[in-house]
Amino acid sequence: MTISGWAEILLVLALIVFAAWPVGIHIARIAAGERSFLHPVLAPIERGFYALAGVDPRRGMDWRGYAVALILLNALHFLMLYAMLRLQFYLPLNPDHLAGMSPRLAFNTAMSFVTNTNWQAYGGETTLSPGSQMWGLTSHMFVSAATGIAAALAIARAFAAGGMKTLGNFWADLTRIVLYLLLPIAILAGIALVALGVPQTLATHADATTLEGMKQTIAMGPVAFMEAIKELGTNGGGYFNANSAHPFENPNAWSSILETVLVFLIPIALTFTFGRIVKDARQGYALLAVIGVFVLAAIAVAYHAEAAGNPLLTALGVDPAQGNMEGKELRFGIPLSVLFNVITTATSCGAVNAMLDSYMPLGGMTSMFLIQLGEIVPGGVGSGLYGLLIFALIAVFVAGLMVGRTPEYLGKKIQAKEVKLAMLAVLILPLAILGFTALSLVMPAATASLGNAGPHGLSEMLYAFTSATGNNGSAFAGLSADTAWLDTTLGIAMLLGRFAFLIPVLAIAGALAEKVKVPPSSGTFPTHGPLFVGLLCGVIVIMGGLQFMPALSLGPLAEQFTLLAGKTF
Amino acid sequence: MANALRPAFVLVVLLTLLTGLVAPLAMTGLAGLAFPFEARGSLIEDHGRIIGSALIGQNFTGAGYFHPRPSATTEPDPKDASKTVPVPYAADNSNASNLAPTAKALIDRVKGDLASAGPAPVPADAVTTSASGLDPDISPENARRQIARVASARHWPEDRVAALVAAYTEAPFLGLIGEARVNVLALNRALDRMRAP
Repeated sequence: MTISGWAEILLVLALIVFAAWPVGIHIARIAAGERSFLHPVLAPIERGFYALAGVDPRRGMDWRGYAVALILLNALHFLMLYAMLRLQFYLPLNPDHLAGMSPRLAFNTAMSFVTNTNWQAYGGETTLSPGSQMWGLTSHMFVSAATGIAAALAIARAFAAGGMKTLGNFWADLTRIVLYLLLPIAILAGIALVALGVPQTLATHADATTLEGMKQTIAMGPVAFMEAIKELGTNGGGYFNANSAHPFENPNAWSSILETVLVFLIPIALTFTFGRIVKDARQGYALLAVIGVFVLAAIAVAYHAEAAGNPLLTALGVDPAQGNMEGKELRFGIPLSVLFNVITTATSCGAVNAMLDSYMPLGGMTSMFLIQLGEIVPGGVGSGLYGLLIFALIAVFVAGLMVGRTPEYLGKKIQAKEVKLAMLAVLILPLAILGFTALSLVMPAATASLGNAGPHGLSEMLYAFTSATGNNGSAFAGLSADTAWLDTTLGIAMLLGRFAFLIPVLAIAGALAEKVKVPPSSGTFPTHGPLFVGLLCGVIVIMGGLQFMPALSLGPLAEQFTLLAGKTF
Repeated sequence: MANALRPAFVLVVLLTLLTGLVAPLAMTGLAGLAFPFEARGSLIEDHGRIIGSALIGQNFTGAGYFHPRPSATTEPDPKDASKTVPVPYAADNSNASNLAPTAKALIDRVKGDLASAGPAPVPADAVTTSASGLDPDISPENARRQIARVASARHWPEDRVAALVAAYTEAPFLGLIGEARVNVLALNRALDRMRAP
């Protein structure tokens, strides 16, 4: 670790918080249906969408209505993407005449993009046409991100006032988020990325003759716009197989910093939005503090692990000064690689600018652990905020048990129904992650996919189901994921991680919205101070993290000890 | 449920058209006008012939050129399409080794590369594969260690090659942002354009 490396990292983190503040206020205004500076241009489009769809944006929905609308839209979108991937050969903008995907790969990919996971069991440049990347994947990046943010707005509103019957209008939330938030930032960021060197062209490749006279086919495409929304919507699905490590997705340190900022922008902004919606900015700061604790700790561990280099290679005569460079790009070095990968696993983005499979055991474990905490510090756009609020409810419940009072959060009494629903939601994660991993590790058909042996092999499988259930999408990519078993089970894990979590959350939102708002009294446990921040951190580690400790001991921790003993596999 | 069907269907179609067709095509047009070089892949041409991209690494094996980092990219085996063969810097199939730090295959590969890498300690980028397999850069230290070989193959004095390496070394911005690096294609192209002394 170097001082300049830390300075670079802290500078980027400061930039993120600085940029997120106005965005958070902007989101709160969009959520309230207020006018913004974008309305003169975009309001006619918004009104046109409502007219064609037959939507009255002022009509509120109860939680069931909101959930039905959300699921129905996503189900239709899933079917459309599945059809597009299967029929790719017959669709336009496919100059290389690429074939359609197999049924199982199309299922996995469509599920991956509808759940904001962007797990990629295919190589982008060899499998998908520019058309499929644009109207197939890129449109899903907008809509799945907007879906998550809409659900977060719905639960935030439930805390805003008492005796409410409705949570807002899903159609209006979705349309406004795409039009006034995602699209403008994606266009600006896309242009900035092109200026930094990211291609945006309909050509699929250029044929070069190298200085030594060899042929080199250079794949390209409409990359920049997809790259922008891929980071902004915490989607993570790359145009190329190497994702943000590819020089065309991420040409230099500046583009890497811009992409890092984009990934964190909305998840951090939403903590400010939350403070605004519940009319108490300090509540948002408390959540931001919890996020900060975990992110800084994760960066410290991963940076330390990667900067020290691989002792097995050092023993052979490799200079450890550069750190562990296997699977890393020189232009990012260790600081920007570690920062990028911590940020994209702390959120549910899952883009990578260095290969996690080749990280040191503790460096890779950091990313895995961040996802296992539940993708809540800060988690995906929207999904992270509602996940974190679920843990906040459990934290006040635990505090209530300690002092023997009915717990409250933001003036809403948290009762048996809410706590049961919250537990139902958080138990999905260990069930899907550990259940599927355990099953896969005893199935020869699944273990044949492993790319590495020994404890690292276990890590690869554990990471795959962690990533899918957490809707992250990053991978220990040595795993050959396009098999019948993994395509199917990972697809199911993604579905459970997204919607089996989201439905209880909306049910909680519905129950809380109806309750009266109790004014704070001398017996109220304040949820904006350091005590609450510490309690929430503890609950997240104990509830979210500790249940995975046995599995992590068998994977990355075991690998670390064998590494220190000089053993290879 | 039934009354949600129309808005769900209409919004899926409209949002797909807007974010999946209109916006990316508009961006493509705009990018091509504002940044024609970058938008088309930063392609470098010599005498009307594309010799590569400024951002994408290419393989160099001749003693008279600086060599890039090892690359893990592959192409389908021409004899058996279900298998792959190593093809370094295959820019249509970006790929990493994905080898674990404890993988025997990694240790053996590095051992093999170290044999021809000169005296220890060897800079890590000279014996490790990048994440994309297309890394265009090497570290200044890695480049310096290749100066003697390049100069001797070209029958040039070493300080002439060393001056070129120094000229093509990019330092971190303000000593803070990014890493010190040398773009291998740019350096080798400069070598070729320089007249022999």
